[in-house]
Amino acid sequence: MNFTLRIWRQKNAEAKGGMVSYSVSGVSADSSFFEMLDILNQQLVDEGAEPVCFDHDCREGICGTCSLYINGRPHGPVKGVTTCQLHMRSFADGETISIEPWRAKAFPIVRDLIVDRSALDRINQAGGYVSVNSGGVPDANSIPVRKADSDAAFDAAACIGCGACVAACANAAAMLFVGAKVSHLALLPQGKVEARERVLKMVECMDDLGFGGCSNTYACEAECPKGISVANIAMMNREFLSSAIRKEKSSPFTGGF
Amino acid sequence: MLLSSSIAGKVLMALAGLFLAVFLLVHLGINLLLLSSDGGRAFTAAAEFMATNPVIKIAEPVLFGGFLLHIFFGMMVSGQNRAARPVRYQESNSSETSFLSKYMFHTGIIVFLFLAMHLADFYLIKTGFIAPPEGIAQHDFYSRAMLLFSNRWYSFFYILSILVLGFHLNHAIQSAFQTLGLNHSRYTPALKLAGSAYAIVITVGFSLIPLWIAFIPLTRL
Repeated sequence: MNFTLRIWRQKNAEAKGGMVSYSVSGVSADSSFFEMLDILNQQLVDEGAEPVCFDHDCREGICGTCSLYINGRPHGPVKGVTTCQLHMRSFADGETISIEPWRAKAFPIVRDLIVDRSALDRINQAGGYVSVNSGGVPDANSIPVRKADSDAAFDAAACIGCGACVAACANAAAMLFVGAKVSHLALLPQGKVEARERVLKMVECMDDLGFGGCSNTYACEAECPKGISVANIAMMNREFLSSAIRKEKSSPFTGGF
Repeated sequence: MLLSSSIAGKVLMALAGLFLAVFLLVHLGINLLLLSSDGGRAFTAAAEFMATNPVIKIAEPVLFGGFLLHIFFGMMVSGQNRAARPVRYQESNSSETSFLSKYMFHTGIIVFLFLAMHLADFYLIKTGFIAPPEGIAQHDFYSRAMLLFSNRWYSFFYILSILVLGFHLNHAIQSAFQTLGLNHSRYTPALKLAGSAYAIVITVGFSLIPLWIAFIPLTRL
């Protein structure tokens, strides 16, 4: 298969970037998107040009390292997969494919298609953990958890933190990511203890980092490679409201009750 | 803490929006009285009730507060959202979303412009800021409405604005509940349907009046 690629090239964080066109030919329909980019990069190296920089790691859809905004969609046109699991058979022969980095104020471009997504780590550092000494491995079922809760927590925990939700969102909001973390921990007894503090800290951190707010277009859910539901955003809103109101009530300023 | 957060802004916008949605139903109920062929007696009685009832008198500033709150937080949230992506994509987004959900700010602006015109046409005349047109009494809402709707161009833009309002409302209802944290695997799909049904009732209801007046002409008046 042959493709024309329009790729965002940018030397470094400060440089002005732009779209550059390349053509690749003789690509197998069964090669992955990254194998296709590897072919392009080999071509560029042979010509003595700078190869295109992009993030990738496990190449099996579980690590959350890969990104790419392909033809106007994070992780490309196929639902429920990361870019590394996207294959060239999903495109038409001779197609022009545009490839851009994730765009958000909180995700500054490092180079070409690589963005710095450590903002998501900082949100997690603000509260996305359980701070108890867990000791040895507990016996199975020693803490009873409702099946429905454990299922919902597990679904939320499937988030790999790739940032596709932010990239897809019209407002570059990270609410699906934060919602998934908040719900995942708040649904389980181990995480419930700190649930109130957690949601307030994580939302505050998210706002401070310059992410936008949710306007319920649900593009995030449509593009999430792990199919995380926007029900998690509603749960975050619920947790946030009840925690914030309780905190206001119990602040020393109003006497506390 | 509460007010400075992104979620709090959205929640206040949602609450004010739901309040306005209830108001619209009441407004529609009264407007539909224009369709009864009694020369405007029922409509005028209802308008008079709204103008003189003490409960409504208290509700009026609350209503204006609702509009201001909804518009203020809508603008604030939209501003924050735009700032969150200072460099736009080259290729416009083609994710699967309901098309109009992305244009709540734009449809909101159009509805706001319509509202400004609507206030000038009715509220500012009622309160005496603007003189009523020749031959129509200050509180005669019926003749005023009939005069406006006798102009085809006015009716056309009126229906167009109501249509835009309908698009705004179609996303608004389920969106407000989601923002308030009310999302349920069974009830949310039903709520989405109810929100769309509400939007259709409002759009068809308000549009019906100028259409009725245009096509069932003034023989009955």
